[in-house]
Amino acid sequence: MIWEQIAANRRRSALLIAILTVLLAAVGVTIGEALAPGGGGFIGLAVALLILVIQYAIYATQPASLFLLGATARELSREDSPRLFNIVEEMRLASGLSFMPRIYLIDDPAPNAFAMGRGEKDSIIAVTSGLLYRLNRDELQGVIAHEIGHVRNRDVQFMTLAAVLLGTIVILSEIILRSMRFGGRMRTRSNSRGAGQAQLFILLIALLLAILAPLLAQLLYFACSRKREFLADACAAQFTRYPEGLASALEKISAAPRVSFANRATAPMFIVNPFAAQGGTHGLFSTHPPTAERIRVLRSMTGASLRDYEAAFRMRTGKSLIGQQSAQTAPQASIREPSPEGPVFSRQSVRDTSYRQQGYIPLHCACGLNLMVPPNYEQSEVRCPRCGARLPVPAAVHEAAPPARDSKSPRPSSKLRYRRHGTSWESFRCACGNTIQLSPLFAAPQVRCPRCGSIIQVI
Amino acid sequence: MSWILFAILAVLVLIALWIVGAYNSLIRLRNQLENAWAQIDVQLKRRYDLIPNLVETVKGYAKHERETLEKVVQARNIAMGAKTVGERAEAEGLLTGALKTLFAVAEAYPDLKANQNFLALQEELTSTENKISFARQFYNDSVMAYNTRIETFPTNLLANAFGFGRREFFEIKEAAVREVPKVQF
Repeated sequence: MIWEQIAANRRRSALLIAILTVLLAAVGVTIGEALAPGGGGFIGLAVALLILVIQYAIYATQPASLFLLGATARELSREDSPRLFNIVEEMRLASGLSFMPRIYLIDDPAPNAFAMGRGEKDSIIAVTSGLLYRLNRDELQGVIAHEIGHVRNRDVQFMTLAAVLLGTIVILSEIILRSMRFGGRMRTRSNSRGAGQAQLFILLIALLLAILAPLLAQLLYFACSRKREFLADACAAQFTRYPEGLASALEKISAAPRVSFANRATAPMFIVNPFAAQGGTHGLFSTHPPTAERIRVLRSMTGASLRDYEAAFRMRTGKSLIGQQSAQTAPQASIREPSPEGPVFSRQSVRDTSYRQQGYIPLHCACGLNLMVPPNYEQSEVRCPRCGARLPVPAAVHEAAPPARDSKSPRPSSKLRYRRHGTSWESFRCACGNTIQLSPLFAAPQVRCPRCGSIIQVI
Repeated sequence: MSWILFAILAVLVLIALWIVGAYNSLIRLRNQLENAWAQIDVQLKRRYDLIPNLVETVKGYAKHERETLEKVVQARNIAMGAKTVGERAEAEGLLTGALKTLFAVAEAYPDLKANQNFLALQEELTSTENKISFARQFYNDSVMAYNTRIETFPTNLLANAFGFGRREFFEIKEAAVREVPKVQF
């Protein structure tokens, strides 16, 4: 079961963290001894721990925030895009997550997807608009399943922790190497104390560690990142029971242009490496395994369970992913039939969702032109640029107030009302200028404006 | 002499630790199982809630399909009253079959197919069916892991002692469509 594989994975992860921590401690102690001989080792260790804590506080305790990416992302609710919401909910059920991840849409023609969040409770899955209109249902399901696999395996927290450790090691090594440049002064000091040879020896070790530790830590970090990607692929195959879905999605994504807003820190979270060129520089310092290899493994699977993924992985790469033992405990699962649905979203509908999210109001003129009224448009009417007709901007209006009873009445006496035209998507302006949308599923008698808080009755 | 005692003590401690570990993992697996069942339950209840509305909508347009509608309502009532996992699975299979027949029959009524309410309900029911199948998939995986655990040696000794019983799978077998829907020309 997934739980057992996660447990086995956790043990291996703990091992990696332990190795990195030992490396960090070694670097800390040797710097300390090198710079302040005779007891400086403890100071060095303390300094190392301090830097680690500061780094952790800066990077690992932030709430999941998409501003880190510098992309324009908007949260989608169930009403905004019921089909995408359904796909994510299906994968949540298949993976056994207790909480539903939040879904964000990023306006970018390059297809990609990623997962963020510090735990099951505040996990986020973001997709680009380019992803939505290129993939069919099975492929989209595969991508979402891969991201939910990341959430389930707690990859984001793990990679953040590993990154923090790596960062601290790099900083400490920098400190040693920098201080070596002023080494002349140090050595004379130590010679004057008479420590001599032992001191030199420690200096040598410190130097060696300063060069090798960051390298080793980086190799471990990237190897781990690659392994996690394979594991997420395996989870996706198990959840969807259809590995070909993810395989063809990966094909489509890697053939398309890359996203523009990624930076090195966030690269591990994407489904396909946003930095690799089409040919791909895939080596020891790559966060993702080569896409072609991932596709090959997925296509060699004879069943849909983790066991089958392990077998396919072994066949294609000659290495083991989660070990024969833990793979055997995964339940049997056979591959299902592909679903007949084609592309889930058209370019048009994705663009409409995007515009709706930003607050545009769509208007249809009788001459056939479709207009998009921007969110900050202040007048109550729009002129059609083609035929010149005046179209009223849908807005909530104050109904006639009942005769005033008492000037000291605490409540405002007029109510805002909006009349619906039908049962499809409708947008209108609140009195404060904010755009409010009603989805086809909206059935309540009133809605509250998120900006000014006034209540508008919907008739 | 004392080192023999020490060795025996060490072995006992190890056994105790193993018992604790195995018991905890059984509890975890069982809780995962029950949580998975609760998820299926949520989706199934959602289906029950949608059906009355669907029946009313169809009644308005297709008065002659009383039999099909009655089958759906009957199947729903049976499913709501089912107690064990096996009973539930059978009843749900009947209900899925009845709904399929209903939607097939509704194809012959263009007015009904254009009705917004009916379309929304159809979409909701289809997506609920998908969710039921994924929730079922996870539940069955959990059942398999749990059953394997309590039946393999040496954990089965523990399972018998503490009363961990085998659980049933939830397999929905759809009832075959018995009638060919009438097509009107």
